[in-house]
Amino acid sequence: MTFGRDQLGLAITFMFLAACGGNQMTTTTVAEPGIEGELLVSAAASLTDALTEVASVFETSHPEVDVVLNLGSSSSLREQILEGAPADVFASANTSNMDQVVQAGEAADPRIFITNLLQIAVPAGNEAGVTGLADFANDDLLIGLCAEAAPCGDFGRQALENAGVTPAIDSNEPDVRALLTKIEAGELDAGIVYLTDIASTAGTVEGIDIPEEHNVAANYPIAVMLNAPNPRAADAFVAFVLANEGQAILREFGFGSP
Amino acid sequence: MTSPRLRSARPPVLLVVLGALGLAVFVVPLLGLLARTPWSDLPDLLAGEVVTDALRLSLVTSIAATAIAALVGIPLAWLLARVEFPGRTVARGIVTLPLVLPPVVGGAALLFALGRRGLIGEPLNQATGLVLPFSTWGVVIANTFVAMPFLVISVEGALRSLDQRYEGAASTLGAGRWTTLRRVTLPMIAPSLIAGLVLTWARAFGEFGATITFAGSLQGRTQTLPLAVFVALESDRDTAVALSLVMVAVSLTVLVVLRERWWKAL
Repeated sequence: MTFGRDQLGLAITFMFLAACGGNQMTTTTVAEPGIEGELLVSAAASLTDALTEVASVFETSHPEVDVVLNLGSSSSLREQILEGAPADVFASANTSNMDQVVQAGEAADPRIFITNLLQIAVPAGNEAGVTGLADFANDDLLIGLCAEAAPCGDFGRQALENAGVTPAIDSNEPDVRALLTKIEAGELDAGIVYLTDIASTAGTVEGIDIPEEHNVAANYPIAVMLNAPNPRAADAFVAFVLANEGQAILREFGFGSP
Repeated sequence: MTSPRLRSARPPVLLVVLGALGLAVFVVPLLGLLARTPWSDLPDLLAGEVVTDALRLSLVTSIAATAIAALVGIPLAWLLARVEFPGRTVARGIVTLPLVLPPVVGGAALLFALGRRGLIGEPLNQATGLVLPFSTWGVVIANTFVAMPFLVISVEGALRSLDQRYEGAASTLGAGRWTTLRRVTLPMIAPSLIAGLVLTWARAFGEFGATITFAGSLQGRTQTLPLAVFVALESDRDTAVALSLVMVAVSLTVLVVLRERWWKAL
């Protein structure tokens, strides 16, 4: 994330400021005293693109901070944290992984910072002719879901259950990005991912809407770790994510504000 | 061979300290695993359906991969050792590549080659309807790709260090090439061959990265023991530890028994 310190980061900030018409934003160019050093953010895989951008803009306004993103399925990240891996901030794709981290005394006071919806992903061209969740029961299609422990796997199964579909699963992928990669490659005919994941691909994956009554809204909580090695930077980062500026970036990537 | 006098001399303290640290690198993680093992629940955990499915699948796929490796890997080792051909050095390098390549890269490469839209996979699929990824065959192929180098290197090394005069003598005495291979060459390289086969099997048994990338993960079809460990780590830690213990026990037994032979072979 060190590129955030150079002109590219500045350029992005200026573009962003211009885009937002310079309303009440107060991007501090002078670093706040004491907010410096490496900031370890463990974040759900579905946040990959959005948080990379958020981190870049944050680094521009906090040039002494180097944001390091540790991305993976929320359940893997939870395990890492519970096993004592250092982290300053945890951003989970569901509340249950965050709750377990809070119960273990590793974090307190999580806040929902964004919401997301599910969508069916198919390879560009949709050769298999998938039209909805009902096709997930078709044994002739290659169907992928996220592993049950990963939030996208849990939500995907809930949506299928809401639609009364028993899926003929061919693979349980470790996280949403792994699932998306195999759909992009055309190796799987369909999978259930987040709306934002499909927005992040440049036309290699098509999205098929899941009806509102079957869809499951994902609430993403964020919290500062109680044993954060860099608590001041962590507080500043979480405040940034929750404030207008951070929320605006996240919405650009298709997330909803809570 | 060291002389008896040198053997009994006390080793330098610095070497002992550093060497012990080196050993600790390998021992400490095992102790961590043992400390987490729920010993009293172990039998119940290992009898679960996920575990037995994964164990059966791991055994079947690793043995199948070893058989394929033997079928094509031994002839390959013979060619590399005995036949001068253009590009042999490059071929030797390519054969050893899976030893150092991250398995996930190997899995991705397999997907691009043998996947439904892959270089070979697409015409194969159109001609036969066969889809290798997400199938048990996919696991076998991933295992073979990652594990076969152990067999090829072991057998090639043995063939190269074998005194070819024995084979010469056999043919002088009237043995045909096939008979010489079967009755002279293979028995003489047998220790390396067996060591190579067992190492290949052990590597296939523990394969993870290429398998999950190429074959995905589905209980009973593609979810081998290492994949089951990975899934269980996030949902059922006790089962994950129990599965890990099985893997360590099996692999360690094989390697301790073979260490002496393997050392000689290479």
